[in-house]
Order: sequence, then C-alpha cells, then structure tokens
Amino acid sequence: MTEGPPFPPDVSGGPIGANPSFFDLVRARRPETLPAPTAAAEVAAPHGTTVVALKFGSGVVFGGDRRATEGFSIADDRMEKVFAADDFSVIAIAGAAGQAIEIVKLFQLELEHYEKITGDRLSLEGKANRLAQMIRGNLPMAIQGLVVVPLFGGFDERREEGRIFYYDATGGRWEEDDFHSTGSGGRPAKSSLKKRWRPGLDRDEALRVAMEALLDASQEDAATGGPDPTRGIFPTVVAVTAAGAEHVSDDDLRAAYEAVVAQSGGAS
Amino acid sequence: MSFMPYVPPEQLMKDRSEFAHKGISRGKSVVGLEYADGVLFIAENPSATLHKISEIYDRIAFAGVGKYSEFEDLRISGVRLADLRGYSYGRDDVRARDLANAYSQALSTIFTQQMKPYEVEILVGEIGENGGSTEVYHVLFDGTVTDEHEHVAIGGHAEELSNAIAAAFQPGWDLATACREAVKALSTAEGREIAAEQVEAAVLDRTRTQRRKFRRLAEDEVATLLG
Repeated sequence: MTEGPPFPPDVSGGPIGANPSFFDLVRARRPETLPAPTAAAEVAAPHGTTVVALKFGSGVVFGGDRRATEGFSIADDRMEKVFAADDFSVIAIAGAAGQAIEIVKLFQLELEHYEKITGDRLSLEGKANRLAQMIRGNLPMAIQGLVVVPLFGGFDERREEGRIFYYDATGGRWEEDDFHSTGSGGRPAKSSLKKRWRPGLDRDEALRVAMEALLDASQEDAATGGPDPTRGIFPTVVAVTAAGAEHVSDDDLRAAYEAVVAQSGGAS
Repeated sequence: MSFMPYVPPEQLMKDRSEFAHKGISRGKSVVGLEYADGVLFIAENPSATLHKISEIYDRIAFAGVGKYSEFEDLRISGVRLADLRGYSYGRDDVRARDLANAYSQALSTIFTQQMKPYEVEILVGEIGENGGSTEVYHVLFDGTVTDEHEHVAIGGHAEELSNAIAAAFQPGWDLATACREAVKALSTAEGREIAAEQVEAAVLDRTRTQRRKFRRLAEDEVATLLG
C-alpha cells in the first residue's frame, strides 16, 4: 500500500477539513507520477495543433483537428485534442501532446475527485481557476518549449449558459464572450469564425461553423489536418448543453462537412 | 509519573468491543442487496445531504453506519486510495477487495492501538465487468472482514434487518421490487413505518453506459419506486 494514504486516515488537508484536490494528493504522495520537466527541450515530442471553441444558443461547441506533428512529419492522424472534462465541461488542448494529455488526465481526475470528496460539483468558474493553477504549475516545462495552452468551457449550471475560457502558458486566464481558437492554425480558424459566427446559432449551424473554421485552418497551416471523409477522419467535436457533454457523432460531422463543402461550391 | 493499572488483554478487547457495539447499535442501519442490474444500498437517513452511501470509484460503492465523522474519514481515505491507484496504474486495477483489505488493516490498527476504537461498520461493494460477479465486503470496527452474498445488513438493527431481508430475498429482483422489499425490511426491523423521504438509496448499476456506475436515487425517484 505504498501508494495509498497512510492509515489510520489523516484526512485533514489543512488546519480543518479534507483537501478535495487530487493534484495536491498526488504531489504529496506520488510526485514521480506527475509530468516533470525533461532535460532535453529539443526532444521530438508530438505537437497538437488547431482547436476552436464557440458559443451557441444552448451551450458551447469545442472542436479540434486530428493531426499531431513531430517536426516536419505527421506523428498521428487520429489524435484526440478535445475531451469532456466532466459531465458539464470540456477541455481542448494545443501544444506538446504528451504534456497536454497528462494535464487533461489530471484535470479530469481533479474534478472527479473533488466531486466525490465533497459530494458536490465545482462551479464552472472554480474549474476554470483550478485549470489556470495547473497550467501555471507547468510553467517550467513551458519555458523549455513544452507549451500547453488549453481552451476550457462548459455549461454553467448556476448561470444557465455556456462559457468559454482561454489561457496562456503562464496560467493567465480570460473569459471569451463568443468564440476563440488556439494552436498553430488558430489564426486562420479565428478569421473564419469571425465571419461565420453570430449569436444564437443552433446546434447544426454551430457544428458547421466549427467545421468550416477547422477546414480553413487545415488549408493554411501545415500542422493542422483537414477532415478526410474517405478514411472517415473527422475533427473531434464535443458539445456541452444543459443536458451534459456529448461527443458529436461522425454522422453529424459528415453532414456538417458536406454542408460546408457544398456551400463553398466544392472549392474545399 | 503515573502508573497504568494492569488490565488483561482479554478484558481490554472485550471492553473496546462492547464500547464500539454500543455506539453502532444506537445508529441507523444500511442494507445492501443484489438486484437484477447490480447492487442496491438502502438506508434510513433523515438527512438528504449527509450521506451514508457514496461513490468510491467507477464500480465501487461505500456504505457506513455508526459515527458519521469516523466513517466519513474512512470514505475519504478510500476515495483517495482508489483515485491514486487508478492514476498510478489503471482504472481497472482499483478493486473492492484491495479497499476492503486496506479498511480492515486500518480499523484493526485503530482498534488495538488508539485510545478508542472507531464506532463504525462499513460495506464496500463492487459490480463486475461484463456480467462478472458482484462482490460485497463487510468490515467491522475491529477489522474483521467478511465476504457477503446476495444481501447484507449493518448498523443498529442489523440482526432483525438481516432476518427480515433473508426471509424475503429472491435473486433477480428488479429495482422497484428490491427497493420496496428493502424498505419493508427496514420498517420491520425498526418497528415503524419508514417514509420515502427518510430513505437514502443508491445503486451500482451495470446497465449505465457511463464509466461511473454509481447512481444516487433522487427522493422523488424513490417515492415513485416505492409506489
């Protein structure tokens, strides 16, 4: 039971009360399992690229392309960059893939652990703040080039609306009112979103807007992979509404893709 | 310098055991039973927020009776143990048996070495994957652990409750029947009618599509199930 908490239980994480943070627990008990700065900054680590987030009428939609690159080669064509963080929130990552996935995993556990210990879900604001602290913890690695910049969002059950937060490598946190994108193809994706997005989109429209933004990014940026309908590769898209987080099915994505292509007269 | 009078170990253990028994018998009871889709835990609990039954991990649930602060301690330690293990190894490597062993070790240490033993009894239940077998472990205040089948009762009126549920139990009950029979058994054991809003119920439901199979039954759901 080396990895376990010592028994008899020492429950208090502070002067009073149980500390509901999983991150703190791992740091105290199994620090070697946490992502640590690696000696060589030039390690060829796969990088993930474009992710977009936008609000729509009943929540938020997050999408990410599937390509990971290692220098000039494509490391993976089916990588996932968008994850449901818990039932009502979603996290999307661009940056060094290994670090990013580890941070996502820790963040998901952080939320689950909090929920189990306290019997209550964190507020969306609380989740966003917690993520900022975890990104800040990654700063030494960010300086070495293993930058992780997530987009976070979800359905705020207290305010009853979708919200989007974006971060920089130092853990700075800002709230976005309508849409945002990040990663190497973030700029073209954002231009696309700017033209297509409007308040109060419905779900299908939001999927099309996200798809078009990712498609535009893939045409401008070498490190962003476009949808590949023949091989059945579509962006990962997660929609969060009052009903919860949902991975959008490939059928819906194919429909959105076809609508976008038809609209542009097959130019894509 | 003060000298402790000599107390024979038999007497010491007996006193502690009696003390713990007394504490537990003052409290409410919990019943755990297998039904068609998993395991159901039901307790009489006047509070809607201070739970006796809770989630430990994906397929593992916890139920405690006795002193709230003490089984809450154990619950939190269990969640920590499970989450750490799941993170360090894999989610499938978190098993109820390991937890039951950890609890047993902890309670046994507390029983023999602390000033006073914990006045608690706990259940750790797990549903197997793909129709695998169900495991329910019962851990006593002194660390005694037993492996239970089909149904188990702990707490203040454990014996009456156990008899009542044993007399009625049939394998393969659906959720509504299991709920009704469990509440009936609780009422028999307590010797009074237990209303739906006094019932705390939760299931480990293997038909859930989510990774986390634990589900708390809301008050109105319990009321509907009890009809």
